[in-house]
Parts: sequence; C-alpha cells; structure tokens
Amino acid sequence: MEMIQELRLKREFKKVFNIRVLRGFLSIVMFVVLWQLVVFIKVPYLENLPYPKDVAAGAADAAGSRTYWFGWGISLIRIFVGFIMAQLIGIPLGLAMGISRTFKDFTFPVFEMLRPIPPIAWIPLAILFWPTRELSIYFLVFIGAFFIIVINVIQGVSNISVSLKWAASSLGARPKHIFWRILVPGSLPSIITGMTVGMGVTWNVLIAAEMIAGQGGLGRMTWEAYTNNNIPFIVVGMVSIGVAGYLCSTLVRWLGEKAMPWKKRF
Amino acid sequence: MSNRNGEGVLSKGDFGEVRLEGVTKVYEKADQSQRVLDECTFSVERGKLTVLMGPSGCGKTVLINLVAGYERPTSGRILIDESPVDGPGSDRLVVFQETALFPWMTVYSNVIFGCQVQGVSRGETKERAGHILKKVGLYEFRDKYPSQLSGGMQRRAELARAMINDPKIMILDEPFRGLDAMTRQLMQEFYVGLFEEIGRTNLFVTHEIDEAIFLADRVVILTFQPGKVKAEIEIDLPRPREFHMLASPRFMEIREQVIDLLYEEASKAFAAGSKAAYDLMGAIVARKGACEKCE
Repeated sequence: MEMIQELRLKREFKKVFNIRVLRGFLSIVMFVVLWQLVVFIKVPYLENLPYPKDVAAGAADAAGSRTYWFGWGISLIRIFVGFIMAQLIGIPLGLAMGISRTFKDFTFPVFEMLRPIPPIAWIPLAILFWPTRELSIYFLVFIGAFFIIVINVIQGVSNISVSLKWAASSLGARPKHIFWRILVPGSLPSIITGMTVGMGVTWNVLIAAEMIAGQGGLGRMTWEAYTNNNIPFIVVGMVSIGVAGYLCSTLVRWLGEKAMPWKKRF
Repeated sequence: MSNRNGEGVLSKGDFGEVRLEGVTKVYEKADQSQRVLDECTFSVERGKLTVLMGPSGCGKTVLINLVAGYERPTSGRILIDESPVDGPGSDRLVVFQETALFPWMTVYSNVIFGCQVQGVSRGETKERAGHILKKVGLYEFRDKYPSQLSGGMQRRAELARAMINDPKIMILDEPFRGLDAMTRQLMQEFYVGLFEEIGRTNLFVTHEIDEAIFLADRVVILTFQPGKVKAEIEIDLPRPREFHMLASPRFMEIREQVIDLLYEEASKAFAAGSKAAYDLMGAIVARKGACEKCE
C-alpha cells in the first residue's frame, strides 16, 4: 500500500515539475521580456503601451481597491444569473425537443431562425425591452448561453444509442425510468459541452454589454480606464476578464467531472 | 436434461417457448420494398438452446428484433407460450451485438437496473445481485464502470444483467462478436456452463459455425435475402459440452453438414457483395482443414 502511495506521489511530482512545465514557464518569461523590449525600443504604433512594471503596479493598486473587487462581483453575478437561467430553461427545452418529434416540429424552426443572430446583435432590443439595464444584461448573457445549450442537448439526446433504450425497456423500464436513467445521463456529456462553450460565449457577450450599457463590472471598468486614458488599468482590466473567464470555465469543467464519474478511467 | 439451480436464486425455472408462424418482414423504402424475412416458421423449445445461423444480411437481427418486440412482423405471428408478442416485455431479454451496458452506471447499478425498475425489494435485489455477480466472476468489479472493464467482462456483466430478471426467454444477438479468439472461447465455455446449470430457453444468433454447433441443442439455418428457414439440425453432442468436443468425429460430421447447408447461402451473399464474403472464405478454409483431418 505504502509503496503504491509513494509511486503515486512521485507521479504527481513529475506531473507538476517536468520539462514541459518548465518550457511553459519560460514561454511566459519570454513574453514579458519581449513586451518590455517592445516598449523600450518604442516600436511604431506601440509606443503608448505601458511597461510590464506599470501594469503590475496598476494591478497592485486595483487589488487594494474595493471598486475593483466590486467589479468582479458585479460581473460574476451577471454571468451566473444569465447562465443559470439559460440552463434552467434550455436543458428542459432541449430534452423536450430531443424526445418529442411533434414538439420539435413546432419549436425548432423558430429556434433555428433566431439562433444565427449573434448575441451582441440583441443589445439594442434588450436595452429597449427590459425595464432596467441590469435586467437587459442578464438577458443578453442568457441569450449567449441559451441557444448553445439547447442545440447541444438536442444533439445529446439523439446521440444516445437506440440499443440502450431497447435494453432498458427489455429490462422492464417504463418511460419515466428511460427518461431519468437513460436520456438524462446519456445526454449529460453534451450538456456539459454546451455549458463549457456557452460559458465562453457569455463572457464575450457580458463584456460587450457592459461596455455599451453597463454600470460597473469588469467590462465597464476597462472601458472607463480607456476614457480616463489610464492605459495600465486597461491592461489590468483585460487580464482580469481573462482570468475570470478562465475560472468560470474551470468551474464548469470541474462540475462536469463531478457529474460524470464514468468518464474518468481507473 | 440440465440440472436446475436448487436454491432458486438464479431462476425459478419458469421458462417459455417461442413459436414463429409464417413470419414475414417487408421494409418499404420510398418506391421499393425489401423482403427481409419470408414465411419463417420454427420454434424455440422450452429450456433448450436454439442457435439461429445464416450469412450476414439474412435478417437474423431483424428476426431478433421481432421476437423481442422492438419491431412488428409484416405478416405472420410470434407466440410466446401461445400468447402473441405485443411490444417489448421483461419476459424476454436481449443481449446485444455491441455492448448495451449503461456507461453511466457501475457494474452493480447496471445489474440491478431490472430489479429496480420492476420494484423488486431492496433486500432481494441485493441478494440476487450478489449471487449473480459472483456467478459471473465480477463481484470484485461491481463498483467499476463498464469502460473500465475488458470486453469479456463487459459481456459477462451483460449476461448478469439479463439473468437477474430471470426471463422466460433469453435472446442473444452475436453476443461474443468483437472479442479476441481466446476470450471468445472462454466466454462460450462460460456461457454454455451457465446454460447447462440453469437450462433457460435461449435463442442465440451467430454466424460462427463452431460456436453454433458447440452451444446448440438445435441449429436453425436461414437463407440469404430473403431469410427463410433452410434447415433445422438437431445437435446430439452430449452435455455438458467441453472444448475437446470441437475435435470429435461427431462434431466434424455435423460441421460438414452445416457447412454444406451454409455454403450455398454464403455464396449468394458473396455474390451480393456483402461482408458475408469474409464468412464464406472462413467457411471454405475451415472446410479444407476439416477434410484434411478426416483423411
């Protein structure tokens, strides 16, 4: 037992400290050095770029300010409200469209008509339509994730092998068993894919919406840094948005792994 | 006769009989219709292992789907203990060509699925599952997911999942297809052992000649497109079946007979360009081998 544990530790160690990780680290270092160089020799069109150390100082300032963390909070709330609403409505809708041909015939054409419209194109209508700016941003985030999740769930249901349904019914399963124990878990991989992709899109939509219509939030903060000509803070805002998006995607992936233990080998 | 399981944990011994009467299946596609099965009449006797053979494309799988109730015959009747088949039912269980284990359930959850959906009490479910998992040698692997098992283990898990419901009839559609030769042989031996212990009514589909003869009480041979019953052969090899029987003179004799019957059908399939060409080549090679041994 102990030996196995030791081996496992060694393996974990190797996973963290190996040549590829080192190369990855070096690539970041090289990027920062190149950045420094570009600013230092004043490459045309890039002469307004701040030095890495200015950005670092801006980041340190931001980390100490309450408004910065407020921005994070506001953006995250918007993401989660819109995203979760999209799942709550989109997953059942997708399941229904995947299961019932009649229902799909009635709903899918309209769905396919609206789906190609980029979420950002909804901004003017959303602002007019919803009573508050906050609600219109929730709505836009919702749109960003909604179509993707629905289309993935439909795909997921249709990908379930008919032999699994046959096997279940031959074992005595009734429609409710087939729904909860075959169709739902069977479409879960596609649901998770839809959520992962949707999460990426919602961040795009959110930032655009915040820049155009928002009060507060990371997108708005970045935009305000631009209007104040605070270039280091623009970069801080951009990096923050990147980090926030990454964290949200990681969360979805983690949820996916938890929800689908059968996908993990050994 | 086979000796029944005394405790009645694996089976209550209530087996069924299937009778096909003039079963015909025609598929209508746009402007053309294809007759897949034509006036099939035969029976799967109670407590016996009947093997259905024929070249690929003779409608074996369609016939299975009809007996299972997934599809309906165009004309003719399928009777189980004198009552006509009307949709799928838990009295018949199908083990499919490709594994149909639910990938999101552990081996244990897969096996007890039938009990759960039929509302069998927890205690009984647990007892039956434990017993049957030990029987198929998967008790230690009950918490694994199907993807973590080898091909042979997956098939055994599927057999366990089917047997726990104690079906009147078990239908197996090329269940050992895709296994490597060694595993396949072991599975055949394992399966025939199970059958001889419990003695359930089994309908087993294969296109492997040796497999068919080794397992069967009776072999039903179908013709190629449309599928008709070409011949029914009683296999009088003694039970329990053991692997050295594959080399016995009686086995060879039966095999020659089966190959002769299949040859014509396989040629037709070959001419039709189906992947049965492969089966035909296999049969010819086997025939040569068999003749050399005879001489």
